[in-house]
Amino acid sequence: MATAQPAQRGSEAVAGGPQALMSVRGLGIRFKTSLGVWQATRKIDFDIAPGERVGIVGESGCGKTITGLSILRLLPNNLAGLDGSIHFDGTDLASCSTREMRAIRGRRIAMIFQEPMSALDPVFTVGHQIAETLRVHTNVTREEARERTLEMLRRVGIASPERRIDDYPHQLSGGMRQRVMIAASLICGPQLLIADEPTTALDVTVQAQILELLRDLSETSNTALMLITHDLGVVAETCTRMITMYAGEVIEDAAVDDALVRPLHPYTSGLLRSLPHLSPRHGKLPSIPGRVPSIMDMPNGCRFKARCAHAVAGCEKEQALLDAGNGRKVRCWRFRELELPGALQHAATSPIAAMVASP
Amino acid sequence: MTPQTADNAIVSVRDLQVGFQTTDRRAVVKAVDGVSFDVRRGETFGIIGESGSGKTTIGRALVFLLKPSGGAILHNGVDPLAMPRQQFQNHRRDYQIIFQDPNAALNPRMTILSSVLEPLELARAGSKAERLQRAHEAMDRVGLPLDLGERYPHQLSGGQKQRVVIARALTLRPKMIVCDEVVAALDMSIRGDVLNLFAELQRDLGLTYVFITHDLAVVSHISERIAVMYLGRFVELGPTEKVSEHPLHPYTRALLSAEPRPLPSTMRGNNRIVLQGEIPSPIDPPSGCRFRTRCQYAQAVCAEKTPDWRELMPDHWVACHFAHRPNFSPN
Ligand SMILES: Nc1ncnc2c1ncn2[C@@H]1O[C@H](COP(=O)(O)OP(=O)(O)OP(=O)(O)O)[C@@H](O)[C@H]1O
Ligand SMILES: Nc1ncnc2c1ncn2[C@@H]1O[C@H](COP(=O)(O)OP(=O)(O)O)[C@@H](O)[C@H]1O
Ligand code: SF4
Ligand code: SF4
Ligand SMILES: [Mg+2]
Ligand SMILES: [Mg+2]
Repeated sequence: MATAQPAQRGSEAVAGGPQALMSVRGLGIRFKTSLGVWQATRKIDFDIAPGERVGIVGESGCGKTITGLSILRLLPNNLAGLDGSIHFDGTDLASCSTREMRAIRGRRIAMIFQEPMSALDPVFTVGHQIAETLRVHTNVTREEARERTLEMLRRVGIASPERRIDDYPHQLSGGMRQRVMIAASLICGPQLLIADEPTTALDVTVQAQILELLRDLSETSNTALMLITHDLGVVAETCTRMITMYAGEVIEDAAVDDALVRPLHPYTSGLLRSLPHLSPRHGKLPSIPGRVPSIMDMPNGCRFKARCAHAVAGCEKEQALLDAGNGRKVRCWRFRELELPGALQHAATSPIAAMVASP
Repeated sequence: MTPQTADNAIVSVRDLQVGFQTTDRRAVVKAVDGVSFDVRRGETFGIIGESGSGKTTIGRALVFLLKPSGGAILHNGVDPLAMPRQQFQNHRRDYQIIFQDPNAALNPRMTILSSVLEPLELARAGSKAERLQRAHEAMDRVGLPLDLGERYPHQLSGGQKQRVVIARALTLRPKMIVCDEVVAALDMSIRGDVLNLFAELQRDLGLTYVFITHDLAVVSHISERIAVMYLGRFVELGPTEKVSEHPLHPYTRALLSAEPRPLPSTMRGNNRIVLQGEIPSPIDPPSGCRFRTRCQYAQAVCAEKTPDWRELMPDHWVACHFAHRPNFSPN
């Protein structure tokens, strides 16, 4: 294990290295509600390098979606405030003008969602919608736009795109709609694609196709991918780095393989242990006791404390995102002394090993 | 076809067919089209398949929430549809179904306790005191503190609400419960809890489950046997170990290999079978083998002939012209 000294500063990590495409620092989101203002997320720090594929994982309500939306300033209008900074290739997206934001949104950063139907306009053909994105951001002719659209549809694996380009969204299957969304989001060659649960609504065999497509496209065009999901399997198959969120905070940030093999935060370890893939068949599944604290009633210090088997005096202090060496970060002051089990300890005795070996 | 109803069958399904009219009434969707199987007393029988394959339709038919358009469903060897009305109503209490979304199953204006009491009241079971006692027992059984009884659904977490729904189903002391995607809406850290609860209830109360899900990890964890469904038909049925480790049907293999595995890259192997396309429409399914439009092994015969439902290995059934015993040839 690394021996680097943990950063003891209150204000967490330094700004991203020179190679970061995007550096998020101290990002926090507050909403106005009938019960007053509440802090949905806070102290979010992470970097994404050009072409890197980063998975953001965590349970429902932990803040994944709003973190993604805040990057494009698409937050709901009961927003009370956005704290911190989002440095993207020289621009702070948290404070730049609306005009600057418009030039970046869709062109240099694109986003796709779980339900492609709601993002596509039912009254226009798919070809029109993709070509429009291109025409808004560049001054290509109608013919050029159509040519590039056809090429893009082909790249995302739509068979006979000449026939499909004039279809309306309802004429396509769920998987094809998601391919069209991906085509529309990549047509301007963005540097970053944010994908929020892009395969959750799809069947597993179609999910496999879409994940492979995202991986391929990101590799061939060096587009960075920020993949939001609650499925650790999806992250393992698609991403190189995994950022785990809990109750509105980033609690772990590591290379996917490191996080799976040797998680440093008790929550990440607990999540891995609770997966049925990794437990002996028919045995009792380990689970994390209790539930995520309510947004209106967050405890001081470590937000995982009430559910953590390793909590001791000291955990009630504010926890910083500590540098754990090897590019890893963790929000638990005890990480060095805890020996937490990861996926391997379970996989050895679990049915997944046998499944992997089948023809 | 499956042999005569075995003695230990709590449910026997023979050539089940369920059709729905499309909304424009021009066509019939054959949601289930010729499925036969037994559910054995005390087992967990898993059904897996992609959306629209007909899993929920089978589940609803099993508890007579909808009427088959063909074939038969026997409960303990008896056809419930042949029972007199009152007997049929009483009989149905032994066969319960639980769905994915606890919010849809619970009345937001009823307290938790009233929700748990409701089935008992509808069934006019015992005295008021006895009903209360049974409701409390059921809540205790699923690990719900009794003081939650005075709360309303919106004051509970997703996992707690699903426990309330399970408690409700338990009050009538059913013999069998159809569980349709019951953990799909739950967060991963509490999914394990609810699955553990199902296993514990089965051990203690001798329940039989039909466990319907699209989640391979869940179904293979909890089931003794697994049936794999595609476009209204079973393509494979067998012991969990056999189906998930030595699948016989090309679709089962593709489904298993598509499952994203939360394992480090060194352990994941590289044997994914990426299927082309998506499930065809059940209104106009492909002739012969329904999987042939996506099957990499399809031959001319697959379009002409429907593959037989064969017991290729002991207790391990498959519908594919070219499936063979794994021991006899490499596949
Ligand atoms: N418009 C809003 N007003 C008030 N609170 C909100 C609003 N949008 C989101 N929240 C709250 O912010 C938190 C984070 O929400 P977010 O949608 O980012 O969760 P998520 O991690 O994407 O969850 P899921 O996995 O369910 O999609 C939640 O507590 C949510 O209730
Ligand atoms: N009430 C209904 N009316 C019309 N079609 C239905 C109805 N219920 C189910 N279907 C159709 O039957 C098929 C099987 O559906 P279902 O049993 O819900 O599948 P699953 O549970 O496997 O996703 C689908 O094509 C679905 O659209
Ligand atoms: S800070 Fe304490 S309570 Fe929090 S995760 Fe670490 S050990 Fe557990
Ligand atoms: S019968 Fe033919 S098409 Fe169907 S699964 Fe077997 S090989 Fe494939
Ligand atoms: Mg979300
Ligand atoms: Mg269903």
